[in-house]
Amino acid sequence: MTAPREPLIPHDTSPFTLPADTAARVAAYGRQAAAPAPTDVPVLEARDISKYFGRVIALEHVSLSVRPGEVNCLLGDNGAGKSTLIKTLSGVHPPDDGTLLMDGEPIRLQSPRDALDRGIATVYQDLAVLPLMSVSRNFFVGSEPTTGWGPFRRFDVTRAGRIASEQMLEIGITVRDPSQLVGTLSGGERQTLAIARAEYFGARVLILDEPTSALGVKEAAIVLRHVIRARAKGLGVIFITHNVQHALPVGDRFTILAHGRLAGEFVRGEVGQDELLRLMGGGEELADLARELETLMGADVETIERAAEAAPTGSEGAGPADGEPAQRAVDGR
Amino acid sequence: MTAATGTAPSRLRAESPLRRLASRPEFGALMGALLVFLIFSLLGYGGGYLRWGGIAGYLQIAAQIGIIGAAVTLLMIAGEFDLSVGSMIGAAGMFLAMLLAVANLPPWLAVILTFAFALSVGALNGWLVMKTALPSFIVTLATQFILRGGTIALTRALTGLTIVNVPAEAQQDPALRIFTANLVTLDNGVARFNVEILWWIAVVVIASWVLYRTRFGNWIFAVGGSSQAARYVGVPVRRVKILLFMTTAGAAALYACIVTSLVGSANVTTGTGQEFVAIVTAVLGGTLLTGGYGSVVGSALGAFVLGATNLGIFYAGINTDWYLVVLGALLLGAALVNASVLRRASGAR
Repeated sequence: MTAPREPLIPHDTSPFTLPADTAARVAAYGRQAAAPAPTDVPVLEARDISKYFGRVIALEHVSLSVRPGEVNCLLGDNGAGKSTLIKTLSGVHPPDDGTLLMDGEPIRLQSPRDALDRGIATVYQDLAVLPLMSVSRNFFVGSEPTTGWGPFRRFDVTRAGRIASEQMLEIGITVRDPSQLVGTLSGGERQTLAIARAEYFGARVLILDEPTSALGVKEAAIVLRHVIRARAKGLGVIFITHNVQHALPVGDRFTILAHGRLAGEFVRGEVGQDELLRLMGGGEELADLARELETLMGADVETIERAAEAAPTGSEGAGPADGEPAQRAVDGR
Repeated sequence: MTAATGTAPSRLRAESPLRRLASRPEFGALMGALLVFLIFSLLGYGGGYLRWGGIAGYLQIAAQIGIIGAAVTLLMIAGEFDLSVGSMIGAAGMFLAMLLAVANLPPWLAVILTFAFALSVGALNGWLVMKTALPSFIVTLATQFILRGGTIALTRALTGLTIVNVPAEAQQDPALRIFTANLVTLDNGVARFNVEILWWIAVVVIASWVLYRTRFGNWIFAVGGSSQAARYVGVPVRRVKILLFMTTAGAAALYACIVTSLVGSANVTTGTGQEFVAIVTAVLGGTLLTGGYGSVVGSALGAFVLGATNLGIFYAGINTDWYLVVLGALLLGAALVNASVLRRASGAR
């Protein structure tokens, strides 16, 4: 990473690896679309949730809440229970213990469809869209507009196509026509489509499961911009990630899970990247890994240098440039 | 949101209509059908391939194959297989014949009961697949054996035979005539176009309409693309799949009614191998074995290819033993074409 490492947001004193211009744009976008003041009643709240799979404790006494116009970043390493928690929030698994509340009222989610009907929309990393279906079919799958009567009630293809085109235009994705397969869109565009779909169908809570994990930096920026946009529209956003650098610029609140339990809860400005990483249980491991890799790299350089001395006929021009022999030697393997 | 805020412009070229056609699932089947028809028109011209007798012949074969093919295509788009359709044909045919010959039921009631029987077996197939979460390939392979074996054992136990004749008066009853009626006869009785061609067209039109123009059709694509993703957006996956297993069984019953009424008897082995012919039809028509993509019109073209080839070999004066060789080669070619069409449609190079 050669991007200038300058703090993006005043409270963020840690290095940030999105290119600075992209990151600044993301932040600027958030400010420009001034979010409505968050109210105090969470639109969705999980209170003291526990979930067990046989003898495995997937979640124990976990609480999490999100207010309208707020982004709550749910952070945690693989296996921390993030997926189980969002599946509980989106009606896939009923919790074994604890309550879900919407606008302060206890609710019981029967199915993913039930959650959707209440305005809780979840966008899954791999399952956000169906690549072999067209943009408009994807946009409306499960909520198809119909026209006609009785046995002739049919999927209103024209209306679906028109609305899908309008929505794509609004989120800045150029589609040739709405019958284009979603497989032709990039990873970021697919996630964005799913977010736009949730907004269109009146979601009040948007749960995003690792939407940026499989994406490159630019693609991730597209998705982050839409996270902020959804917040500006007054949606409560639960943004699941294990990438602290994606969470910091968009999060108003950070909830950290480790080993199925709450490991910390912070509001924006209280915490930096290093602290978050440490709480996720990755801090020490990462430091260890860095030390181990350094040792390995040193050893490799020596081996390679010895090999180079033994065979002095190696071409001079392609040799390591001054100052960064270790880097080159490793890259060239 | 404008381009200035940084969304990379979508780099898509405008497409020519031909290129668009070429990225449709039916494209390979259309080319294949034209090619096969052209080849056998040349080779079999002298033998009468293009005369009414020939045309009626391969349309009849295509109609029978195509009725099953259309239903199996819907199921395959939904990501499932039904290997029991062949046995279902035999079972439904025998069920009908026994109701008529042994139970002496009025034909209209026998036909209704035959469909009810097939639909319940289809529902059972679907229920088993959803309940056990086993691959439908295995579940329907099992029901294939059970159905065939049950048909043979029960028929022999009840009648002592493996072929049951349909009473002549029942054959003339309107309830069975709707499956066999002659539409038009040309060339002094050589070329008989029967009503089964209309049944085929009706099945294809309805299945296509359902697939492309109804919510249910959108759900078929969705559950085939990913049943979990479909479930998460609120698609009733179980209902969709069970209904499609009922559809394939219903198509098998229709085929059985046509063949049994036409031949005037039911044989316990009728329909053997039709489950694979149906899959070939679907694949020739551009349907993916992995689900989520395909076309009913394509399957109709696929059925036409099979019919045109089957009789084409005969009219060309080639030993018909070679039919299966050609069929295998066509299948391989179609699978390759499908893979490339899919790459084009999903934008990969």
